Amino acid sequence: MSHLRPELRQRAEETVALYPQRRSAMLPLLHLVQEQDGYLSAEGMDEVAELTGTTPAEVRGTASFYDMFHLEPVGTYVVGVCTNIACLLAGGQELLQHASERLGCAVGSTSPDGLFTLEETECLADCNIAPCVQVNHRFVRTTTPDSFDALVSDLREGRRGDEVPPHGTLNRVRRVGGLRVSRTQIASERSTALAARDARTTAEPK
Amino acid sequence: MAVLNAPRIVSSRSEFADSFTLSRYLATGGYQGLKKALGMHPEAVGAEVDAASLLGRGGAGFPAGRKWSMLRRAPVSYLVINGDESEPATFKDHFLVERDPHQLIEGVTIAAYALQVTQAFIFLRGEFALGLERVQQALNESYEHGALGANIFNSGFSLDIVVHPGAGAYICGEETALIEALEGKRGFPRIKPPFFPAAIGLYGAPTVVNNVETMANLPWIIENGGAAFAALGAGRSTGTRLFALSGRVKNPAMFELEMVKNSFRDLIFDPDLGNGIIDDRAIKAFIPGGVSAPWFGPEHLDLALGQDEVAEKASMLGSGSVVVFDETTCAVRAAWRITKFFSRESCGQCTPCREGSGWLERIMFRLEHGGGRREDLDLLLDLCDNIAPGLSWPPQQTTICVLGSSIPSSIHSAITMFKDEFLAHVVNDGCTHG
Repeated sequence: MSHLRPELRQRAEETVALYPQRRSAMLPLLHLVQEQDGYLSAEGMDEVAELTGTTPAEVRGTASFYDMFHLEPVGTYVVGVCTNIACLLAGGQELLQHASERLGCAVGSTSPDGLFTLEETECLADCNIAPCVQVNHRFVRTTTPDSFDALVSDLREGRRGDEVPPHGTLNRVRRVGGLRVSRTQIASERSTALAARDARTTAEPK
Repeated sequence: MAVLNAPRIVSSRSEFADSFTLSRYLATGGYQGLKKALGMHPEAVGAEVDAASLLGRGGAGFPAGRKWSMLRRAPVSYLVINGDESEPATFKDHFLVERDPHQLIEGVTIAAYALQVTQAFIFLRGEFALGLERVQQALNESYEHGALGANIFNSGFSLDIVVHPGAGAYICGEETALIEALEGKRGFPRIKPPFFPAAIGLYGAPTVVNNVETMANLPWIIENGGAAFAALGAGRSTGTRLFALSGRVKNPAMFELEMVKNSFRDLIFDPDLGNGIIDDRAIKAFIPGGVSAPWFGPEHLDLALGQDEVAEKASMLGSGSVVVFDETTCAVRAAWRITKFFSRESCGQCTPCREGSGWLERIMFRLEHGGGRREDLDLLLDLCDNIAPGLSWPPQQTTICVLGSSIPSSIHSAITMFKDEFLAHVVNDGCTHG
């Protein structure tokens, strides 16, 4: 019995098929588990192990390395405020403090209503609009306490649904079709190209 | 005065709201470089990139053509694009993948053709959710258009590109850690030398890893010729480059500038560029190329924006990201935050980096927040010297990758340039800046 619902299970299997080795699908599949469950559930990680040909321990050991993977449940909205150098110089530390007060939770924890998880992030590569804030890994570009408060009100009232999907949903654009080139076709093209190159190098000694 | 008359090679579509669509791309000359490349011999394509002297835009500045020529000949090989942009204050690849994904795909396809590689991966930082969607959409459009997939533009050349999301780890910008992540493992850098990815890379096969911005230059280079690219800039620094300007300037933004022709002063103060310091305050210092780079004081403002020009003054142009400090900026606080970053992002494989970064962060924390001691300055430098012996530039390495040897840069710069500020922090038992 699959823990992933049928649509996600299908996407997971298509993803595995994109890679020469199954284990390569590890990070994309873990993102899919987060898309369904909002975090990495034990059942979800077990299924990733099955799909990638690894053990649940290997999946957990890999997932725990990466900041975007949550091994415990998180809020509907994961709010990240950057305090790295460019944001520090623009008041990132102060905005993080404000966010903590506004959301009613300490940095690294979830608000009592379960809606928000607040994180202090490292540089998010949007340094010209600082301090940088992401919600569920979408750049929301609220750089002041006032605009942050407006964002929080919008999120509470569900007004930014298009812009900010639920936590875990990373890429809403489906790949159309799997690989377009068959492995046999690639192999034959490569051998032709390599033979041609070998012929040239033999013909023109250095 | 700033020199702003160079062609915009990688940011030419940025003013269009629909710059990421296939229709806009085709209307602005898109996929012409690829069509031209497919009519050339693969080795002639590589020769154009060699002639362009295109230096890799990821940070190390290794010549792209030379990297390609190192690819070991083998029946299977891969091209991997590094879009894991995480060096603090760097935001050029973020811009390129969101705003011009087709340009990236065209560049990747040209590179794949030159290398005769039929499988490429674009590794994108997981935090770039919109970027992932834009690149996937562009890939779908490109397949549909015949610019990707089997028998591209009826040339007989075939290529698949898979976009691969990262999951939040600075270290995956290091190419061997990136390969590990792409293999579905923890992002632990691999030991090298002797075997670089060109010999043993993804799945043990020869692999070329190139940066997003490097790829974005290729369509223009093929269309206009390597010589035209090499005619821009000077010395080893050819073409243009995206400079990401942030910090205490009036107009923090990204600018594509011809290499070498402008100085840091132009970038920071020209009305068309950074437009000076906020409230017209005095500039205190700046970081010339990402937080791994040693800092510069105002005396280096007239230095040209070039790879070797910056290297000669014992720092680096790195990822092309310039962070400006003004007189309100606390040097101790800035160095503490940068050190905290390295401490959080150390992968943990090597002791000097894993332990050293944490020790340094805690000492910097107490200096900034109270509890610092006068002897902490010597202690900091001693620890830095253990991580990168000699505190020279480029740094000596005691770790598998260069993350470790990058840690001391900010602390060493801050103590060298602003020792009085550190002593004031000791006397006042913490920071007295605003």
